[in-house]
Amino acid sequence: MTLFGKLTWSAIPFNQPIPLIAAAIVMVVILGVLVWVTVKGWVPYLWKEWITSVDHKHIGIMYCLLGLVMLMRGFIDAVMMRSQQALAFHSEGYLPPEHYDQIFSAHGTIMILFAAMPLIIGLMNFVVPLQLGVRDVAFPTLNSVSFWLTATGALLVNVSLVVGEFSRVGWLPFPPLSELRYSPGVGVDYYLWAVQISGIGTLLTGINFVTTILKTRAPGMTYLRMPMFCWTALAACLLIIAAFPVLTATLAMLTLDRYLGFHFFTNEAGGNAMMFMNLIWAWGHPEVYILILPSFGIFSEVISTFSAKPLFGYRSMVIATLFICLVSFCVWLHHFFTMGAGGDVNAVFGIATSIIAVGTGVKMYNWLFTMYGGRIRFATPMLWSLGFMVTFITGGMTGVLLGVPPADFLLHNSMFLVAHFHHVIMAGVIFAVMAGITYWFPKAFGFRLDEGWGQAAFWFAFVGFYVTFVPLYILGFLGMTRRLQHYDVPEWTPWLLLSALGTFILLCGAVCQIVQLAVSIRRRDALRDVTGDPWDGRSLEWATPSPPPTFNFAHLPHVENLEAYWNVKQRAREELRLDRAAPYEDLEMPRNSPTGFVCAFFATIIGFALIWHIWWLMILGLIGAYATFVVFAWRDVPEYVISAEEVARIDSANRAVRQEALLGGQPS
Amino acid sequence: MSAADAALALRDPYHVGHAGESQARGHGAGGPASKAVIVGYGFWLFLLSDIVIFSCLFAAYAVLAQATADGPSAKQIFDLNRVAFETACLLASSFFCGMASIAVARRSQLWTQIWLVVTGLLGLAFLLLEVSEFAALYARGDGPTRSAFLTGFFTLVGCHGLHVSAGLLWLGSMMAQLFAKGFRADIRRRFLCFTMFWHFLDIIWVAIFSLVYLVGTKL
Amino acid sequence: MTTDSERADEGDDLGGDSEAHVAKVSTYLIGLALAVLLTAASFWAVNTHLIYGPGIPVALATLAVAQMGIHLVFFLHLTTAPDNLNNALALAFGLLIVGLIVFGSVWIMAHMNYNLMAMTHPM
Repeated sequence: MTLFGKLTWSAIPFNQPIPLIAAAIVMVVILGVLVWVTVKGWVPYLWKEWITSVDHKHIGIMYCLLGLVMLMRGFIDAVMMRSQQALAFHSEGYLPPEHYDQIFSAHGTIMILFAAMPLIIGLMNFVVPLQLGVRDVAFPTLNSVSFWLTATGALLVNVSLVVGEFSRVGWLPFPPLSELRYSPGVGVDYYLWAVQISGIGTLLTGINFVTTILKTRAPGMTYLRMPMFCWTALAACLLIIAAFPVLTATLAMLTLDRYLGFHFFTNEAGGNAMMFMNLIWAWGHPEVYILILPSFGIFSEVISTFSAKPLFGYRSMVIATLFICLVSFCVWLHHFFTMGAGGDVNAVFGIATSIIAVGTGVKMYNWLFTMYGGRIRFATPMLWSLGFMVTFITGGMTGVLLGVPPADFLLHNSMFLVAHFHHVIMAGVIFAVMAGITYWFPKAFGFRLDEGWGQAAFWFAFVGFYVTFVPLYILGFLGMTRRLQHYDVPEWTPWLLLSALGTFILLCGAVCQIVQLAVSIRRRDALRDVTGDPWDGRSLEWATPSPPPTFNFAHLPHVENLEAYWNVKQRAREELRLDRAAPYEDLEMPRNSPTGFVCAFFATIIGFALIWHIWWLMILGLIGAYATFVVFAWRDVPEYVISAEEVARIDSANRAVRQEALLGGQPS
Repeated sequence: MSAADAALALRDPYHVGHAGESQARGHGAGGPASKAVIVGYGFWLFLLSDIVIFSCLFAAYAVLAQATADGPSAKQIFDLNRVAFETACLLASSFFCGMASIAVARRSQLWTQIWLVVTGLLGLAFLLLEVSEFAALYARGDGPTRSAFLTGFFTLVGCHGLHVSAGLLWLGSMMAQLFAKGFRADIRRRFLCFTMFWHFLDIIWVAIFSLVYLVGTKL
Repeated sequence: MTTDSERADEGDDLGGDSEAHVAKVSTYLIGLALAVLLTAASFWAVNTHLIYGPGIPVALATLAVAQMGIHLVFFLHLTTAPDNLNNALALAFGLLIVGLIVFGSVWIMAHMNYNLMAMTHPM
């Protein structure tokens, strides 16, 4: 056993130009950013305000940043896949199979676990405490740990580009292909440890938010006065607590098979590979509902605000949300109808799959009725919402079609399936994230995003989506299976070319988003959100200045009904003055802590060591991680005080601005 | 109790909190709950997630229980006397952990440390019995790599043993903290979490000895 | 969190209005006695001929569930008092998930093993 386990110089892909160049570019960019930040003297600021921050707002922003960066990496993988398939008719294309396999595996893993999840969790982080009228989540330092562990997972996935290889077995590592015998390299191990480590972070987030939502709400905010986004966040986090342990256990079983020669899923000694499928999809299906439920919540907020009407059918929305939450745990077999469970088992899960669509149907009607009779403003977030409503319905329908077992026997693992899940995830999650980011950006940064570029980005995304994925449905019917590195059926070529064109249109959309950000930063004074309520909002986050102070609310709001802020605002407009401010008090806020960052540092070391079988490094990492906990547990002063004068100063400034806006007759 | 409270008690006997009338903290109108309730609830959720992990391992064990390949079956390797001893140790340690809780509530440093030492020793005894069982099996060549059944058994029972080990580490840290810093509020909250964890380990063991060992020797 | 809540915590022993009864030795003694009883019953059930053979696993499962309940009530003080209601509901949710995973998996895998003739016995 050498000092560095399996790690040698041959782990770096000197003989493969594409990953080598990609890795070189990334490292140059990262180095450049680090140098720029250091030279500008921002390191102390970044350390104090962001890296060691336990403030849910900063953690939320960092999550979104991580998600957006990984979204770009995943999108580049997608561009490579589409272009490879467009070229590879009776040809090898430009990506050799072992490379192509890594790309589609990385694409799926990154998009679901390191782009979509962080984006959704980031938005939940930023918004939920503000909407609940509280100062932070229940466990702020744990929140920081969650974020940094997720970042560790993302880091490990990206390190695999430079050192070693990534998994080649798809975004879910089905055995026996993923067992040591058939995947002897480090790729699957990179995947396993990246996902396990970030999975811990996600589980902690779930616990954090369920506790926050159920146990810490502003005075007067009963369950039925919570904003819809908080309800969907609650349902998603309950699912996280229920489902992520299944992922942890199942991947642990595979890890034991690979590392210690156990026989959970092996072909020999009685292992049962099908059980992996069963367990992993028992996680995998709730996972997609974890992504889509908060997305529904975002749309509820946006549609209500931009229709200038309260959300229609609030109670039925709550019931629908909880219904979806519960039933999502009863449908997982529809991912492996063809694996041989038999007709009666298939029938039960097929029926359950059809039933779960009812919940979404209820929501769709409620959104429609919210818009009906309202004064609709077609701002960018509303465009994303409308695009979602049209697109998600059709995507969901293809899902219900796949949920019919006899149909699924033809369509399972075909391009039809690929088209379906991209359909619902893009229309559902990505459109929601774009809507949510555009909607809450002014709250986070104090200025709005440029509207023109936002609309351009939407239209490119909307059109690009259809041009990319509708051909894939047709390809599914024409018999094309997924993950093909090359093919020789001439009927498929025009559709693959069309799909590649669509990818280019999506790329234009992505460019528009980046340009939008740059332009908005440059024009930020013109786009400034002065009062903190740029959209004439209805929930409590719009009651704070933009960006909110660390403590969110000078006084915890007393909530009297649903749409807490709207009622306060209406009263203020009628009386042409704000509510009288109560006396200011000293506030205690949780202290920043490097625990999260240090913990993740050791987690990275442990992960890397386990991947390369460097046992002494693993032990060092474990000791370091334990020491981090002990040091954190030993601290004596967990909070610091913000003086009443400071609170008064910040709050009075905002009250003055709002009072002025009221008298000036502006909407807020 | 005022008339309003009496009316509320009639309408809402379980204090679920209707229409914002409940003024208790952590129930709608009352605002955020106390820190102890928050911490306790959060840790309770974590324990539930741990239960889900164990349920996956139980499911895997149930599926693989008959897959003995050419190795031994459950009946051939389970020693119920040892299991009885292990159960006694863990159950007793749970009881003494409860005694430690009472000592903390009464702020008695001496008795807290004494009961915690007893808890720890009993937990250690449990662990040693289990390790000896594993070692004996492994030495005979019936380790977890022999068959899928043994894989499932070692993983399920071993995972519980790992949790007990982590618990003992935590126990040591708690004893040190209580000794060094006394009965500060946050340390008492952490101790509450520890006791929840320790009792939960016994609950999982009840499932293991019943459904793995006892059922295994029967079927 | 405000300074008020911190001050309140110093007074609360374990917080909330339902934890007041935690500091009683008799609770733990009763729990211990009942748990010992149920454990003994489980071991007895395996060795006796008084229970119908195929029914023994069910008996053991029932005794196990009962003992887990004893632990929850007497050691973990799980009640339906206001502060505890969320805990009980969370437990119910957790048990639902456990049931779905365990029984769902066993049901599915039994069908699969039957249909696909998985090798569960030595050749």
